[in-house]
Amino acid sequence: MSQTRQSKKVIPGFGLTMGITMSYVGFFVLIPMISMALQAAQLSFKEIVQVATDARVLSSYKVSFGCSFLAAAINVVFGTILAWVLVRYRFPGRRLIDGLIELPFALPTAVAGIALTSLTTDKGWIGQPLSHLGISVAYTKVGIVTALTFITLPFMVRSVQPVLEQLSPDYEEAGRTLGAGSFTIFRKIVLPELKPAVMTGFSLALARGLGEYGSVIFIAGNKPFQTEIAPLMIVTRLEEFLYGQATAVAMFMLFASFMIMFMVNRLQIRAARFVEN
Amino acid sequence: MPPSQTVKIGAESRRQENPFIKNALIVISLLFTLLMLVMPLLVVVTQAFGAGWANFARAVTDTFTVKALQLTLLTTVIAVAANTLFGLTAAWCLTRYRYRGQSLLITMIDLPFAVSPIIAGLIFILTYGRLGWTHSFLEAHNLKIVFAAPGIVMATIFVTIPFVAREIIPVLTARGTDEEQAAVLMGAGFFRTFFYVTLPHIRWALVYSVILCTARAMGEFGAVSVVSGHLRGKTNTLPLHIEILYNEHHYREAFAVSAILVITSIVILTARSVVERIAKKEVNQSVR
Repeated sequence: MSQTRQSKKVIPGFGLTMGITMSYVGFFVLIPMISMALQAAQLSFKEIVQVATDARVLSSYKVSFGCSFLAAAINVVFGTILAWVLVRYRFPGRRLIDGLIELPFALPTAVAGIALTSLTTDKGWIGQPLSHLGISVAYTKVGIVTALTFITLPFMVRSVQPVLEQLSPDYEEAGRTLGAGSFTIFRKIVLPELKPAVMTGFSLALARGLGEYGSVIFIAGNKPFQTEIAPLMIVTRLEEFLYGQATAVAMFMLFASFMIMFMVNRLQIRAARFVEN
Repeated sequence: MPPSQTVKIGAESRRQENPFIKNALIVISLLFTLLMLVMPLLVVVTQAFGAGWANFARAVTDTFTVKALQLTLLTTVIAVAANTLFGLTAAWCLTRYRYRGQSLLITMIDLPFAVSPIIAGLIFILTYGRLGWTHSFLEAHNLKIVFAAPGIVMATIFVTIPFVAREIIPVLTARGTDEEQAAVLMGAGFFRTFFYVTLPHIRWALVYSVILCTARAMGEFGAVSVVSGHLRGKTNTLPLHIEILYNEHHYREAFAVSAILVITSIVILTARSVVERIAKKEVNQSVR
């Protein structure tokens, strides 16, 4: 403690950097967020109840939450497999895949949206064979899940990958020498180590999925009560200049994402403790 | 048991894992990557160039496309420059000193990642829009933020605030403050300490985070869409222009403009991989 108190005196620039940081955060984050809180405080009880019980809004929450959950769950499986394959195996094309994993972060969401839509319509490369099987992807919930799976894939892979890199194959080898099968080794040795990272990746993917807009609106079709997502409800209310209602919908969404982020922080703290031990 | 599976001594003993599972997992990964990541890129490129080079060239040299490109470039340059300076300042101020409320400050910097882009746009409308508390002031001074370029820039800055700070804070935390203290005690000032002692350590993290920040700033859709007002040629960025073209069923043009962004994002991904590789090599050398 005494050392840290000293460092405050020794290293110059505290006032300057603190001043810049606080003003910047204040101007770009705090003031706008407070403005929304003020707007929310002006809402009448009636307005809140109206929005909270609006069937169309409720169904949009259901669509958003259900599809984000499914997409995050799909990425638990495929994201973990991808991370495993990238860390443990050497094969032609590995570097290319490793580089492509972050494509969903680098590609503008609108581009991803129209690309996935044109792939999965009944005339698309993937949509056409699927339509013969009676499955339609674009303009259904399946399409929303597809877009969210694409967008949130990097969260899962990049959460699990560093943990796997630290995990020495020696333990698995020991298990194998003692006669354990591949499934037992995965369940008893690998999975417990991966759990915190998978949970973190899942929560990050869920939070991102709930808020995602650009990639989803193209593929969703936006049919009321079926494929409307929660962020779209804010947009439609803004277009009708119903700022109060838009704020109310947004507050409910914010609450959900804060709960998820809170969970992520708890998990990361626990994971950090785990590593220290 | 085939001979490859019998236990061998030495380096080979690691490879006892069931080769069927290994190959199956590799095939699943390749297929998933092909379906989810490669095919979207291919579809954009084939649609963009499907009607020939001339059509592509006409679509991307359209006046509105060029105007949208200009606005996107301007917004990206301002947002990335501002957030780079801020990220460095915030990382310094959060890791070189200790004081109360540090974790609260970090939470506020992280906040934009937890907020939906649509809400990011909404908060600027509520602050600077017609019903915002700043409206009478803005009106009196004839300033326009919402439904104009400043709003687009501010929303983009908000969405990309965490990128640089988030990448550099852990690097600086891990290094501790010993070297800076030594430098200062030997008489170096603030800027000298930063440029000669701190910056060399965070160089690659900085480049890396600036690359990712650029990608996001360039492609931001939701937040910008809310504050833009969609005035073609005035407040339209490239992603918004793609939306308009697509909704008007000008698919070829939409994909042609998308192809510009696809090529840019491939360049960004390549740069990211290269930076990562160089950084790893340097770490390995310094360990030796």
